[in-house]
Amino acid sequence: MTQVRVTVDGVNYADEVEPRLLLAQYLRETLGKTGTLIGCDTSNCGACTVHLNGRSVKSCSVLAVQADGGEVTTIEGLARDGQLHPVQEAFRECHGLQCGYCTPGMIMAAVDLLGDNPDPTEHEVREGIEGNLCRCTGYQNIVRSVQSAAKNMKPGAVAQNAPVAGGGN
Amino acid sequence: MIPAKFDYVRPTSVEEAVTALRDGGEDAKILAGGQSLLPVLRLRMAAPSVVIDLGGIPELRRIAEDGDRIAIGAMAAHHDVMRDDLVKQHVSLLGQATETVADPQVRHRGTLGGALAHADPAGDLGAAALALDAEFVILGADGTRVVPAAEFFTDYFTTAIGEAEILTQIRFPKYTGWKTHYEKFNRTAQAWSMVAIAVALKVDGGTISEARIGLTNMGSTPIRATGVEQALVGQAAGKDVAKAAAEHVTEGTHAPSDADAAADYREHLAKVLTGRAVLTAVG
Amino acid sequence: MTTTAEPTTTEIGKSRVRKEDARLIAGRSRYTDSITPPGTLHIAVVRTTLARATITSIDKSEAEKSPGVHGVYTAADLGAEAVGMPCAWPVTPDQKAPQRPVLGIGRVSFSGEGVAVVVARSMAEAKDAAELVEVDYDPQDAILDMEAASKDGADLVHPDLGTNVSATWQFDSKAMGTGDSVDDAIKEAESDPDSIVVRRRFRQQRLIPAFMEPRSCVVDPTGEQITIWSATQVPHILRTMTTVTLGIPESKLRVIAPDVGGGFGGKIGVLPEEMLCVLLAQKLGKPVKWTETRSESMLTAHHGRDQIQDLTITAKKDGTITGLDVHLLADMGSYLGLVGPGVPILGAFMFNAIYKIPALKFTCSNVFTNKTLTDAYRGAGRPEATFGIERMMDELAVELGRDPMELREQNWISHEEFPFTTVAGLTYDTGNYEQATARAMELFDYAGLRREQEERKRSGDPVQLGIGISTFTEMCGLAPSRVLGSLDYGAGGWEAASIRMLATGKVEVITGASAHGQGHETAFSQIVADQLGVPFEDVEILHGDTQVSPKGLDTYGSRSLVVGGIAIVNAAEKVVAKAKKIAAHLLEASEDDLEFANGTFTVKGTDKGKAIQEIAFATFMAHDYPEDMEPSLDSDAVFDPENFSYPHGTHLAAMEVDTDTGRVTLRNYVCVDDIGNVINPLIVEGQVHGGLAQGIAQALFEEANYDEQGTLVNATFVDYTIPSAADLPSFTTESMSTAATSNKLGVKGVGEAGTIASTPAIVNGVLDAIRHLGVTEIEMPTTSQRVWRALQVAKGGNPMETPSDTHSPGAGLGSIDPNNPKGEVL
Repeated sequence: MTQVRVTVDGVNYADEVEPRLLLAQYLRETLGKTGTLIGCDTSNCGACTVHLNGRSVKSCSVLAVQADGGEVTTIEGLARDGQLHPVQEAFRECHGLQCGYCTPGMIMAAVDLLGDNPDPTEHEVREGIEGNLCRCTGYQNIVRSVQSAAKNMKPGAVAQNAPVAGGGN
Repeated sequence: MIPAKFDYVRPTSVEEAVTALRDGGEDAKILAGGQSLLPVLRLRMAAPSVVIDLGGIPELRRIAEDGDRIAIGAMAAHHDVMRDDLVKQHVSLLGQATETVADPQVRHRGTLGGALAHADPAGDLGAAALALDAEFVILGADGTRVVPAAEFFTDYFTTAIGEAEILTQIRFPKYTGWKTHYEKFNRTAQAWSMVAIAVALKVDGGTISEARIGLTNMGSTPIRATGVEQALVGQAAGKDVAKAAAEHVTEGTHAPSDADAAADYREHLAKVLTGRAVLTAVG
Repeated sequence: MTTTAEPTTTEIGKSRVRKEDARLIAGRSRYTDSITPPGTLHIAVVRTTLARATITSIDKSEAEKSPGVHGVYTAADLGAEAVGMPCAWPVTPDQKAPQRPVLGIGRVSFSGEGVAVVVARSMAEAKDAAELVEVDYDPQDAILDMEAASKDGADLVHPDLGTNVSATWQFDSKAMGTGDSVDDAIKEAESDPDSIVVRRRFRQQRLIPAFMEPRSCVVDPTGEQITIWSATQVPHILRTMTTVTLGIPESKLRVIAPDVGGGFGGKIGVLPEEMLCVLLAQKLGKPVKWTETRSESMLTAHHGRDQIQDLTITAKKDGTITGLDVHLLADMGSYLGLVGPGVPILGAFMFNAIYKIPALKFTCSNVFTNKTLTDAYRGAGRPEATFGIERMMDELAVELGRDPMELREQNWISHEEFPFTTVAGLTYDTGNYEQATARAMELFDYAGLRREQEERKRSGDPVQLGIGISTFTEMCGLAPSRVLGSLDYGAGGWEAASIRMLATGKVEVITGASAHGQGHETAFSQIVADQLGVPFEDVEILHGDTQVSPKGLDTYGSRSLVVGGIAIVNAAEKVVAKAKKIAAHLLEASEDDLEFANGTFTVKGTDKGKAIQEIAFATFMAHDYPEDMEPSLDSDAVFDPENFSYPHGTHLAAMEVDTDTGRVTLRNYVCVDDIGNVINPLIVEGQVHGGLAQGIAQALFEEANYDEQGTLVNATFVDYTIPSAADLPSFTTESMSTAATSNKLGVKGVGEAGTIASTPAIVNGVLDAIRHLGVTEIEMPTTSQRVWRALQVAKGGNPMETPSDTHSPGAGLGSIDPNNPKGEVL
């Protein structure tokens, strides 16, 4: 067993873990942060994406012990003072999810993307989330969600309920 | 799936790491960024007895100017390499190839040294390192040695790094002002390169004065396309020249055959992509 | 509805954002793997890597000594040798169905089949021990080619069955009296100089549903009822089938499908692992849990498609189709899935599609091979049929030198002809193919793209342009129970709903449909809000737990709204009828004098009225209500549809083919779908997008490949390439509506439309781009290599065989040497 000290969603934890324990498993099984999901073994699907020290990572491809001394943000820690993150809001407003399984990872990847590029083109969004697979949406409304969030996150932007298709299409 | 059990060490210096590697014996494994190792462990295709994590050695992440070279620590993350101003200015081909590696999350964790030491022939960085004549700084119990890129890659997943040695740094000569491009062809955005071409050209007054071309996934190791280089040098950079030179690209290659691409198709692709890469590089 | 004067529709048709999402975007999800009752034991299944072998010995001793292990069991150890997984669709009376054991007994029949199970305190310990179980096999050559397997004298997957052909099912319009004889049509066309016969063979490759949430199951035996949580599309069917399979009384079983992360048909099965969890939980008296890895999922969750289609179409040279003969071979894999044998049969009725084809014959043989079993995957039988006919329409157009759209129009059912009874015996209620097509062609700029295509052909542009067409229809809303009965399906097709009016005016709606991403909670709330005149927010949709929703047939076949939604409407009508009686009583008025609108019963011509919530409270109090009724507004309904519904649409794809590399790029995709009335346009749009992505992925990206030993070579997401956002464009989707007449809401269903329609549009487009270069056919997926190879062959080049079964040592994990090389790793 190896000790890991880590801050997750603003709370400090110290645990003895097996070195082989994946960060994703530590979050889910040890800390009960089941909002972070696991979808594959090969770091392709991105469902397990969290932020480690401010950068998006696939938590199934990081050992819990590698996060020692680090700071982790999961989908459960994204909201601030009860206010959802604009990317979370945008996913709801733009119907950026269906079954919801890719959603936590997709949102965490999108937040990271917008931190890097606050005003991405459609192409940049598509490339920016290429590490996250979704089988439900065909990605179109995810792209729309990310671009809508970008708009709402611009300094001075009025937080808006992004208009959704009014009918017909 | 969870990996099989292993012991874990996180040395804080390269010397400690080398000692740990020696003590760990045959079944010790170095963990760099972990973006290939962890999936392999999770699939239980490997079960090392001890994993030596280089993540606790900050100096291995440094990217710095070192005289007429750019020295990149083996643990520099892809994300940092491709965003680095020194890399952009002097080793742009490496930056361009790095941008095509996997996806943002993997680039946040994966490292230059890890990718090169893993030596997957479909990996994108070997061709650039080879074309650019990178030097590999390798530390062992007996001290440091420097291996030129031409001698580094020896076979599938095999390099000149010895049993109890660690790759610590990769040094690139400066190619300031060179025209570069990495042309990658893959089946889907997430897929590994079917074939890719790394091109660096020195162009003086419209004439190619030097050419460096590396090939990804055209053999068991990255391959230098010297035939193409020779055909380009002294020529005006243009469509016909690029096309004619590209015909030489398969010389000395042993293209693999698999479901995505049989050897003849890979060879054909290499020609088409080389022509395109040269033209894109010269803009 | 009995009392509605003017039904005021305020919610239906509105793009409500989904109720489900507030939780899911915040990580407040409850997928099965997140459920671990105290004391849970974890299982790992020991699986064979061989496709066909006899088991000579199983040595469990090392595994049993491994830390944390409670036990290691074979089927015999569990007393489960007689247990066979259910197949609910015997398509013919003489269908050959092998016993599909929970764990291989004496032999294994596909790579990935379980042979033993380890139970341990943690998942990690179970996996560790599973690696220590030593199984010795006597391997045999795998039977992999369905065509060879179907021949007399072939080596047998199940020797006791005496054949590899499970069943041969036929539909003949002549014999059924629904049309003419195909045999005659072919004979006549062959001897008629003014007719043409076109024969083609198409391959429907094997696909993997690849839902994002791996399957998982938790069984807790500690209550009076055994509780099964499962990542399933079919909690009700799972409960019944657990009884059928293991003999546990249905009343002692509770099945819960909590949040389920996608299914697409892939979670319609009843699994050996689910039954193992039940058996072990009973045996050990503790909760038992199984969660598969992605590779396990790829290897063992059922696959989809996998057909060889031999089609013959006959037509007059003026373009009038006279007959269609369909011969299918369908690969069942090594066992029959829950509804697997019926999947290709569902296509029988769709090969004639939107066309007036006078004679149809459909013959399908279901064949066993040593591969993973196949079963429903989005569209189930109908994408295969649609692909077959829409490819044939293009082929016929080519043979006749006709514009493919014009040829379709000549043969399709015109909008004046509805309702139209087809050669397959189905009655299409409504549709307007002209309208959908005209709109799609306008949005697509069909004429402009045809001009660009000509220009590129003329100039010899290395990037050629093709236009792909698919004018599709489907039968969905599965299904009229009597029709299912006539097809020997092992269940009905009804759906159940209940509505409970709570004392405080809130409404609980219980549905037997079990959502796994579709947005039922939102769409059904909209329906009920309109029906009862209550706020959308006041409606709570309960589903996916057999103790809450005891009756249902679950979610598949685009049935939730078309069948389940109508059951809800019927239940709501009963609530209103009951409420009206009580309202009349309380208002001291005659029922005939009451009108119900916007949730309020009013005495006509007065301002006297009572809201339905007031009625609900009064009913709860029950101090004053009519003598001839019970004090309850709660109502149940079961709806059994009389007909399928028939969405249709016109899909157009602009495909670019780089003739230098073979790379295919989808440049633009337009579709106009008639899915009847729309409850929630936002959800509809999302369903279409996702459906398109899956159908396009079949055409361009996906295929489950087996090597000569019968090993699935792309059993990870590294190798099985499902598209990412960077591989797809945005689509232009529109809907139009001719309301269905088969149900009260006029809805038709949308879950499968995009998938069914898009695959042939893409392939037709690819071929259209390079047909002038001599290419006549490219198998799916139309990878760059296949396209390039086809171009080389057309030029007289080398048709070199491409290895499909090997990996080069590079390019990902599937190839990594198990004795992984030394040294640092990325």
